[in-house]
Amino acid sequence: MTRKPLIQQLLADDKASRWLFIVMLVLGIGVPFLNLIVPPDSFFHVPTYVVTLIGKYLCFAMLALALDLIWGYCGILSLGHGAFFALGGYAMGMYLMRQIGDRGMYGNPILPDFMVFLNWQELPWYWYGFDNFGFAVFMVFLAPGLLAFLFGWLAFRSRVTGVYLSIITQALTYALMLAFFRNDMGFGGNNGLTDFKDILGFDLQADSTRIVLFVLTLIFLALAYVLCQYITRSKAGRVLISIRDAESRTRFIGYRVEHYKLFVFIVSALIAGVAGALYVPQIGIINPSEFNPLNSIEIVIWVAIGGRGTLYGAVIGAVLVNYAKTTFTSGVFAEYWLFILGALFVITTIYLPRGVVGILDGYFNRKKIRESAAVAAPQAGVASGGKS
Amino acid sequence: MNDQKIQSILYLNGVTKSFDGFRAINNLSLDIRPGELRAIIGPNGAGKSTMMDIITGKTKPDEGEVKYRDTIDLTKYDEADIANMGIGRKFQKPTVIESLSVWDNLELALAGNRGVFQTLFFHLSKAQYDRVDEIIELVGLKDRRDELARNLSHGQKQWLEIGMLIIQDPELLLVDEPAAGMTDYETMETAKLLKSISENHSVVVVEHDMDFIRALDTKVTVLHEGSVLAEGSLDVVSSNPRVIEVYLGR
Repeated sequence: MTRKPLIQQLLADDKASRWLFIVMLVLGIGVPFLNLIVPPDSFFHVPTYVVTLIGKYLCFAMLALALDLIWGYCGILSLGHGAFFALGGYAMGMYLMRQIGDRGMYGNPILPDFMVFLNWQELPWYWYGFDNFGFAVFMVFLAPGLLAFLFGWLAFRSRVTGVYLSIITQALTYALMLAFFRNDMGFGGNNGLTDFKDILGFDLQADSTRIVLFVLTLIFLALAYVLCQYITRSKAGRVLISIRDAESRTRFIGYRVEHYKLFVFIVSALIAGVAGALYVPQIGIINPSEFNPLNSIEIVIWVAIGGRGTLYGAVIGAVLVNYAKTTFTSGVFAEYWLFILGALFVITTIYLPRGVVGILDGYFNRKKIRESAAVAAPQAGVASGGKS
Repeated sequence: MNDQKIQSILYLNGVTKSFDGFRAINNLSLDIRPGELRAIIGPNGAGKSTMMDIITGKTKPDEGEVKYRDTIDLTKYDEADIANMGIGRKFQKPTVIESLSVWDNLELALAGNRGVFQTLFFHLSKAQYDRVDEIIELVGLKDRRDELARNLSHGQKQWLEIGMLIIQDPELLLVDEPAAGMTDYETMETAKLLKSISENHSVVVVEHDMDFIRALDTKVTVLHEGSVLAEGSLDVVSSNPRVIEVYLGR
């Protein structure tokens, strides 16, 4: 029953995930083709700004996945997950800043523009190494991972749960926002890091670079998805669910609840950090507003609307809500977007506890019942016919 | 096992625990022999649940000794440690993992390694698979094995939880009001089940239901205001004037 091979375990009896992978594959092949090969005057041409936009949605989908892993499966409601996303983003941003070199406004080969502007004479020690891509990638994992480890170790060991945990995660991201806003922190103050030129020598404005980043984002989203799928379907995943449903019961069975929470919290933070690192080169800026608690709350709304506790639900929710956001914030509804978002959240919470995915599931189940009824009906006819 | 050498599987001596000045447990002493089935009764507030909390590491006593297998000082360990040493606990309110199936609930409780990475790469062996099936059969949930635990009746949840306790293969089972909310038939079945478990485990049962206690037919300890009021067979303790006073006298 639970002894299927890994691949089968990940894909079997999970239609929704299979569909998600098919859509991602289509995007991964179709979008580069329609952007690079199809001529710009063609009706089918996908402009680069759309590529970037979809890339942004995919980064958010990864972030939603990260939150769903801890909230949907382990009951840890983090209202500060944007912090891990932003830290990953800053690590990548610092590399991109160093790549600018002497092409900045002030032409300083070492110091980024904002440091020259602040009259700094030398590079702060924590910027060392960021001219190396490998080091920057290492920091993309280390910074969010370490923060998650320290925070989680303290919070879970002291058995902080529920709303109290949510509040301190919120405080965490708020504190980081305030810190990053300060000019003397050395992260560009409220302007953040921007004006990036290239990545690994490739021009960030070039279509081909954009496409590569886009495809990389898809690949990492797929990897993160498979990782989460593996975790949630292993026995450890069932321990997480049992922590969510009955924490003390899980302790009395003999599981170290704090170890499981810490593990999944770190995995989640790492996924969020990678999402942030992929987001920054595509969007071209990272600033302290990414630490804004409101952003973190928005992630919770994506997951809730998509369907908490199903991985594909988180992905669908993030894409749908952000698509709606792009649509509504550019038209006549712009002023009302936050009200719309709030209303969506309230409606989902009250009427659709399982989110959009719940509606889809319900539809397919009804269809299945109808079909099986249709199959059963003729048999019933035969039976009654036999009687008469 | 070296049961021969062990005097007491569980030994409480002079245990006291106060909450905001209220003495929930007051100089409590208790001695459970290996393989013993012991029933503990007492009115509400007698300290039964606090006693369970102290044994299982949820609460630390203010003073007194809590020894497991003669030598292990339980006050030094937490819930997970104590569970892994072989003390299983069933709660008063049936606590099963509602959104997992009956089978998954038992698999989760199955004796084995509890570390994150062990469970992450866990594969069920044939022997373990059979063990889960055996326990499902024992607690009478065979035809509901794939049902989500939330869809079980109250009595079935109680049994599932008892099953989860047995499958951990503990040496000592602490069972808190297993018959609460059960029909008379279920109550008697539960008593039978516990008696059969006690053949190769030590069991401590806390219960209110006198018919159930009678069916267990074993040594009874009466708790009152956090300490032991009387001890002996049910007939002996129920003819004890102090016990009658506590139960009926107010």
